[in-house]
Order: sequence, then structure tokens, then C-alpha cells
Amino acid sequence: MSRTTLDLWVGVFVAMGIAALFFLAIKVGSVSGSDIKSPYTLTARFDNIGGLKVRAPVKVAGVLVGRVSEIRYDNERFQAEVVFTVDGRYKFPTDTFANILTSGLLGEQYLGLDPGGEEKVLAPGDVIKKTQSAVVLEKLISQFMFSKAAEGETAPAK
Amino acid sequence: MGGVLRKLGALAINGVWRLGFITRFFWMILLYSGQSFTRLHLTIRELYFSGVMSLLIILVSGLFVGLVLGLQGYETLQRYGASDSLGTLVALSLVRELGPVVAGLLFASRAGSAVTAEIGLMKVTEQLKAMDMMAVSPIARVVAPRFWGGVISMPLLAALFSAMGVFGGWLIGVVAIGVDDGAFWAQMQAAVDFRYDVINGVIKSCVFGVAVALIAVFEGYDCVPTAEGVSRAITRTVVSSALAILALDFVMTSFMFRG
Repeated sequence: MSRTTLDLWVGVFVAMGIAALFFLAIKVGSVSGSDIKSPYTLTARFDNIGGLKVRAPVKVAGVLVGRVSEIRYDNERFQAEVVFTVDGRYKFPTDTFANILTSGLLGEQYLGLDPGGEEKVLAPGDVIKKTQSAVVLEKLISQFMFSKAAEGETAPAK
Repeated sequence: MGGVLRKLGALAINGVWRLGFITRFFWMILLYSGQSFTRLHLTIRELYFSGVMSLLIILVSGLFVGLVLGLQGYETLQRYGASDSLGTLVALSLVRELGPVVAGLLFASRAGSAVTAEIGLMKVTEQLKAMDMMAVSPIARVVAPRFWGGVISMPLLAALFSAMGVFGGWLIGVVAIGVDDGAFWAQMQAAVDFRYDVINGVIKSCVFGVAVALIAVFEGYDCVPTAEGVSRAITRTVVSSALAILALDFVMTSFMFRG
């Protein structure tokens, strides 16, 4: 086989391989991480974070604005401390409310932010004071059971 | 008892000796790579023989692996009413594991064995010695181009395998079964991260490329120069490459995909 045809085939092969990589990058995967521009970090403390994990999405009104970067336990407050990175384009009022929510019935847990009405916005490194813990199914069920049992006591059986 | 212990000792010494030899051999290849790159067409020729010639088997097996993943994945997912995440299942299993591993195994048996046979036969017919006599380094002229041909081909082939597999999963899921096209791609894109999943898969395939190419050229170069020796070397290439790929895959997965 002459060298030019050989070069041509190798060129076709390499081009195909690179095209496949591009396909995997753009069509199959999403180039996340790099779309968070000039990120800054915020912190929120929770009584219970449920199944929240590092790299979980941070959403405001359903829009992805950042990701959870670190989860640790605060020894003095006995609370979980969630550090998350937010896109620098987005600003949040100081009375923003942080919740741990679940996408769908069995989906992954994410950090949902509800902006408040303050004029001032959170600066990088600030701590969100208003938080709501994750809903733990066992607690929910036990509350339901106790309230049912309490109902049974007040209204005696006929 | 003494005989058994002696055999065990001989086995261990032989293993360590071969490990040392293959490391020195690897170092020699790297040393002579510069010299062999001055005649780039040698490497391009090997890229043709190990890369282009493996295209067909890689593309066809990628397609079929994707088709099977689509069928089996749908079968299980629809029990939980989660058939929309078929795209996620197919893409993640291909990009993270199946793409690099299966493409590596196929590459070892298709291209690795051919390289071993070629170098082994050159040794049997004393071509390597003849080159040495003419002051042409056989490592620069024969071994390094074949090594680099394999190292460059492997990630490209693995990417093609994964892409073809995703296409196969799409064919079964969307075209044949009727999973929603938008949900298929959207869920896939939401779950597959470029840096975490795709790049880690590419790193895996690069490591497999180095392992397979090194084992193939080493077994060829090290073979006993007889007909039987060459055939044994080819068998050893395929077996040790497969074991190396699977073991390295486990190690890399445990480092890459945690939590």
C-alpha cells in the first residue's frame, strides 16, 4: 500500500476518534463545572442534611446555579455545615432560605434556595441563617403514627 | 516438600526478573522513542495496522454491546417505571467501564497478538539480530513504532466504541422500543459529567493502551525463537493483557469513582 493512502486512512481514523470524543463530550455528557463562572462560596448550617452529597446541585427556582463543594460536621454547634459554590452572575438577598429538597419521589437530594426580600445581597463566604433540614422519612412516619395514636385517645372507640 | 518450595522460589524469582526486565524494556522504548519519531512514517504505518484495521471489530462490537445494554436496561428499568433513564444507564456504563475495558480486550486480541507475532517471527528469522549488526537499533526501528501505534490507537478506539454503543442503545431504546427521544438525551446529559465520567474513561483507555502495547511488544521481543515459542508468546500476550486490563480497571475505578 502506498504511503499516501496509508496516511489518508490513518487521518480518517484519527479524525473519527476525535469526533467520537467530541460526541461523548457534547451530546452524551455535559461540560459542567466550567459553566460556573467566577464562583463564590456560601455556607449553610442544617440540623440534618439527610442524603445530601458533595457535588449535589444547588438550585434556585429550579435553575442550576452551583454545586455543593464540602460537607462537614460542626463540633460546637452540633450541626452539619454545607459549603457550596455559586456562579458569580447570581446574587441572593441576605434573608435567603436554604432547604434540602428531593427531586422526584426517589431522586437525588439537592440544595434549594428561596430568595427573600432584603435589599442587601450575600457576600462571598457568608452564612445563610434560615435553613430547613431534609425530610427524613422515618421521622415523618413516626409523627404520623403518633398523631394517629393521639387521635385514637381523644376519640374513644365506638 | 523441598521440591515444592524450590519450585515456588523459582516461580517468584522468575516473576520478579520478568517484571524488572519489562520495566527496563519500557525505559528503553521511551529512550529510543525520539529516534524513532524522526522517521514518523514507521509509527503511522503501525497506527494503520493496529488502529485502522481494528476499526471494524471495535465499531461492530460497540454497536452490539449498546444494543444489548439497551434491551437489558430497558427490561429492568421499566419494572420501576424508570425507562426514561435508559440513556443514563447506557452512557454511564459505556463511558466509565465497558468502553475502555471491552475495547481494550478486543484491541489486545486483535492488534496486540498481531504485534507479538510479527516481532516474534522477526526474532525467529534473526531479523532483529541482523538489524543490530547493521547498527540499526531494533528497539527504535521495530519496537517503539509498534508501541506508540498501540498507545495512540487505544483511546481513539475506546471513544469510538463508547460512541457506537450509545448509538446502539439509542437505536434499541428510542427507535425500536419507543422511549422518549428528549428524555433519553436530556437524562443522559444531566447524569454524565464531562470531566468526571468522560475524561476518567479516556484516562483509563490510555493506561490500557500503554499496558497492552507494552505487553505485546515485550512478549514478542522476549519469545523463545522457535515456532512453539512464538505461539506461546501470542497466547501470553492475550492472557496477560486481559488480566492486566481487568486488574488495572479495578484499581482505577476504586480511585476514580468514589462517593
